[in-house]
Amino acid sequence: MTETAPSENARLQSWATSRVAAWADLGSILDGLERKRDHTVADALRAIELYRALGRDLSIVRRTLPASRMTRALAQSYARLHAVIYRKPHNWGEQLRRLFRDEIPQVVRELRTQIQLVTLLFALTAGAGWWLVGTYPELIGLIASDDMIDGVEQGRLWTEGILNVAPSSMISVSILANNITVSIFAFCLGVLFGLGTFYIIAMNGLMLGGIFAFTHQHGMAGELLKFVLAHGMVELSVICLAGAAGMMLGEALIRPRYPTRRESFQHAASKTSKLLLLCALLLVGCGFIEGYLSPDPSFPMVNRAIVGFGYWVVMIGALTGRLFGRKPA
Amino acid sequence: MTSPQITLQSVTGVDVELTIAGPGSRSYAFVIDWHIRLLIALGWAFGAVLVFTGGSLTPPVGSGRGYLLAVWAPALLIYFFYHPVLEIAMRGRTPGKRMAGVRVVTREGDIPGAGALLLRNVFRLLDSLPFLYLVGLATVVMTEQHVRVGDLAAGTLLVMDHDSSASSFTSSTAAKGGLTPQALDLIQELLDRWPTLDEHKRTTIARSLLARVEPQLSAEELAKLGALDLRSRLVAKLSPQ
Repeated sequence: MTETAPSENARLQSWATSRVAAWADLGSILDGLERKRDHTVADALRAIELYRALGRDLSIVRRTLPASRMTRALAQSYARLHAVIYRKPHNWGEQLRRLFRDEIPQVVRELRTQIQLVTLLFALTAGAGWWLVGTYPELIGLIASDDMIDGVEQGRLWTEGILNVAPSSMISVSILANNITVSIFAFCLGVLFGLGTFYIIAMNGLMLGGIFAFTHQHGMAGELLKFVLAHGMVELSVICLAGAAGMMLGEALIRPRYPTRRESFQHAASKTSKLLLLCALLLVGCGFIEGYLSPDPSFPMVNRAIVGFGYWVVMIGALTGRLFGRKPA
Repeated sequence: MTSPQITLQSVTGVDVELTIAGPGSRSYAFVIDWHIRLLIALGWAFGAVLVFTGGSLTPPVGSGRGYLLAVWAPALLIYFFYHPVLEIAMRGRTPGKRMAGVRVVTREGDIPGAGALLLRNVFRLLDSLPFLYLVGLATVVMTEQHVRVGDLAAGTLLVMDHDSSASSFTSSTAAKGGLTPQALDLIQELLDRWPTLDEHKRTTIARSLLARVEPQLSAEELAKLGALDLRSRLVAKLSPQ
């Protein structure tokens, strides 16, 4: 406890005493600067002046009192002020407009190959599911529950009377939650070098194809198509989009475009997550259609096709940015 | 083992050093937050059931939609959206993180934007696999900067964020007796931790400290001093001259 010479100690103490008044209100000043969104020029100048002064003080205490409470406290305040000063400017409205009009269409263009590959994988696995269940009907037990199988064998689709079990709003919310979870999994599991994404897409394809084959065997494929037509086009497209985003994550790890895999992964994740946001919004619409329109037996097939195709066109408009005022190139 | 740090360059020439939170601080913050969100969600559900049913805990017959929307939907929303909403609103902090003294920053030390915070929370789905955040915990332990997959994706870090209390400044400036700043730091540290230490530990440490800063006190005199006397003598060392 006598590392510092007495005279130096006294000098330090006197310097610290002269500065302590300036440090007394640091906490509240920093809280105010962090909380405020629209800083005035005076605020900015004051923050910069404080930043310079804190930098000077910190360099002195780091040299003279390393690892002291005073050094830690000043370093903490300096770091907080640094974050405020270097915070990027933001304008929520403009950022959102740019996101939907420019950034998401740009991501979609970059993902074109991945989207095609994932869609192809989905279609192939759906075909494989159809063929497998068509050839070996007992395999349906692997992808459908006993209740669903019994119902179809008795000529009743599991979607019938769904509105008697739960209200549309709850059906919508639960379907929405399930679809968003599947999409997020298809995206996040791309971290396993894309294999997790392929698994999710392939499983969904196999299940869709298998279920259609099973209902076809019992003459009910038309009924199932009637149920999925209004929401299915966008729902399946969104799952493929999320899968394409997940594939990009895997690709970023396998073939990094930046100096490290971490950086490459981070850039890919931050870029493709924008698309995921649009996917989530589109799934909200799918949830409502699936909860309110699809289970309604009185809703005619033609109207279902119009809703399904119309919503798909809206999706394409959103993906290309046209829906948000983007002009064609 | 020293905690890893990141150093950010600044225009002033004085680097910003951020200490990265380790698995312990992260887990501590998470456990606090988990308790808070669980209690709030259960509190809401329990309160709403009581209001909805007029004091009985049995759901009324035929009240399906309203009951589910009023009772369970908000409780689930609270539970699942606690982290993203609070991290955005509190600029990278949550109540648990604040109590554990940590906060989320970007790799450049900035306050993360809403997009980055949402992305790190989307990846919770993966980090929480297969149970008890095993994937997240494994990556936190294995990575140099103690980050989970969500942080890797969003480009964020969890750094230590202790409150720089005014006492940190005043204790080093307003002391009497020519004590070194290091001695004053120790006294302040002990006084800060006084309520959390048990009687034996705090009196032992206080006697040891006083024996150094007041060498005129004999061992017998020190042994006679009780906890309150010891504390008041230490406080006096930090009092203005």
